[in-house]
Amino acid sequence: MKTAQGIPLDYYIWLSAALFTIGILGVLYRKNAIVIFMCIELMLNAVNVLLVAFSNYYNDASGQVFVFFIMAVAAAEVAVGLAILIMTYRNTKTTDIEVLNKLKW
Amino acid sequence: MVSIDLLVSLVPLFPLLGFLIVALNVRKLSHGVVSLIACGVILLSFFASVYLFILLLNLPEESRSIFVTLFDWIKTDTFSASFSFLVDPLSSLMLLIITGVGFLIHVYSIGYMHDDEAFNRFFSYLNLFVFFMLLLVMGSNYLLMFVGWEGVGLCSYLLIGFWFKNKDYTSAANKAFIMNRIGDLGLILGVILIFVLFGTIQYTEVFAKASSFSAGSEIITLITVLLFVGAMGKSAQIPLYTWLPDAMAGPTPVSALIHAATMVTAGIYMVARNNILYALSPVALELILIVGLTTALFAATIAVTQNDIKKVLAYSTVSQLGLMFVALGVGAFTSGIFHMATHAFFKALLFLGAGSVIHALSGEQDIRHMGGLRKYLPITFVTFLIGTLAISGIPPFAGFFSKDEILAHAFANNQIAWGIALLASLLTSFYMFRLFFLTFSGPVRASEEVMDHIHESPKSITIPLMVLAVLSVVGGFMGVPEVLGGSNWLGEFLAPVFAQSKPLIEMHHLDHGTEYTLMAVVVVLTIVMISAAYFIYVKQNKQPLKEGTALGPAHNLVYHKYYIDELYNALFFKPLFWISKQFETIIERMGIDKIVNLSGSAVVEGSKATRWLQTGNIGFYIFAMVVSIVVILIAAMM
Repeated sequence: MKTAQGIPLDYYIWLSAALFTIGILGVLYRKNAIVIFMCIELMLNAVNVLLVAFSNYYNDASGQVFVFFIMAVAAAEVAVGLAILIMTYRNTKTTDIEVLNKLKW
Repeated sequence: MVSIDLLVSLVPLFPLLGFLIVALNVRKLSHGVVSLIACGVILLSFFASVYLFILLLNLPEESRSIFVTLFDWIKTDTFSASFSFLVDPLSSLMLLIITGVGFLIHVYSIGYMHDDEAFNRFFSYLNLFVFFMLLLVMGSNYLLMFVGWEGVGLCSYLLIGFWFKNKDYTSAANKAFIMNRIGDLGLILGVILIFVLFGTIQYTEVFAKASSFSAGSEIITLITVLLFVGAMGKSAQIPLYTWLPDAMAGPTPVSALIHAATMVTAGIYMVARNNILYALSPVALELILIVGLTTALFAATIAVTQNDIKKVLAYSTVSQLGLMFVALGVGAFTSGIFHMATHAFFKALLFLGAGSVIHALSGEQDIRHMGGLRKYLPITFVTFLIGTLAISGIPPFAGFFSKDEILAHAFANNQIAWGIALLASLLTSFYMFRLFFLTFSGPVRASEEVMDHIHESPKSITIPLMVLAVLSVVGGFMGVPEVLGGSNWLGEFLAPVFAQSKPLIEMHHLDHGTEYTLMAVVVVLTIVMISAAYFIYVKQNKQPLKEGTALGPAHNLVYHKYYIDELYNALFFKPLFWISKQFETIIERMGIDKIVNLSGSAVVEGSKATRWLQTGNIGFYIFAMVVSIVVILIAAMM
């Protein structure tokens, strides 16, 4: 039985897959930009879980180092993304992506 | 005690520094400061050259060459070139001429250019020119020589087109540059062949390896002929000579420095430097002899009919360069260099004298509007007379010894060549005295307005004239032949440079009786020619014909310079322009333009079809992204 920290590796994979799928579905179905944003974060963290699990399983720290990078990038991305969203909301009084369709040819 | 390395590198460094200082502060510095810097650096360079020259003289004869490597310039597995200088008797002599005559001309320019608005720019170009010229003669490999060679070409271009607001002047500059480029192509090919054949471009190594080739080797002949094509361009020989007369568009000091004393003699220097290669190739020497003879005679006949004071001198320079090539062609390398040195003195003097006349007459260059200037310009008159006597070859002036040496060698080698060279040199004395008499004696033909302003030139102009006049008188004594009781000091000084080629060239020696006879014949005939000029232009007071007068067919042909410019026009420029026109209409307009426009319209049309994808609907974008990723994933798994 393959385990990491005493928990079978399969469990991590199922958890991660579930989180990722929720993220994708959220991104596809929700219309609120902030929720879409949160779903993207969810997908990123699903990957993080998987990375940490395999890192522990293979006894290779580089996977965990990777996770720190992803978290740092995600934090920066959130800062920029939320700032854009706030400015958009101030100007249009909405965060509904159906309404925000002015950027086209 | 300054180290030799430093001293040698200082010689070209001073002019470069002068150029940088003047060029970078061209708008800030006053004229006085610029003159001081520009002339000062050349003077310092001259002192260094004199010191090097004395140093060489004190060395034993076999080891008279100083080799200084500054740094490795290009270094690869198969090719290496160092930035190194070679100072041997030949380059040392060139250094003295370039910096010495160059300094005098710099001083002259202060007076000549004093009211020109681009005074500073002029001096920066002059300094740059001297730098490149020094690089040309000091470089110890072909590549460095080539850098100098191109550099002087550039400066020549800049200075011919110095008054660039005049369209004729700029096209004269273009002509000089393009024509030189044709010659340079030959030079480049020659240098490449040398590298391919010898595996090195260092003079000493090439010359050492050259001795293993037998005389008449075809590849050596090819190399030397290609190098000579370069010399034809730079030293204005047939068929690439037409740029030099047009180069007179530049200010007169430029004509004196670049187009008489130094740059145009680069070809002579280059052939003399490669004397061993040329000695191995009788065919190339034959070619040089023929080209030299034709040019000497051809240019001399044109000079007889010209009316522009600078044009006469320009054709005279072409003719004299031809004479130097005659010397090289018969294998008398020393005589060629000797004539180059004396020519630098008296032709610089003549050009500067002509400049002084032009200056005094407020820019008039046509000798039909001169005459009777003797009492107005006494110093210019005397110095110009000395220059004219020197170029005509009247003993004991400088030109006599050098020209006599060339004629003697030509006679010993080939009497027909001697005949043609003699004819050219007699024509020289005729047209020079024609010029002299028409300018300085007879009635005044200039307009009253011009005569009101006439004045002898300032000291900065007359002093260089006097120094050069002295040099034109005594310059010949460095090569007094044995037959006149001299020891031919110059010949001995230069001997180490030509030592390797000496055994290869068959030198016929004349007995003293023949030499005396030749000298007497030449001098008597020259005096006859001068008398003829005196008789026609002073006694009969014959004036050159006015523009538009009907001329006899032969006179007309010569007056229009044998229609060579027109011939080149019809032969090269017209077809070239015609071809360019065809290329423009067919390949450019119908080919390339069409393709470019087609690619543009293809993008526009193509984007019309895909433009609807950009809806602005974010949900759609995300959906497309997810679907695409899934597709890619599936594709990757299969």
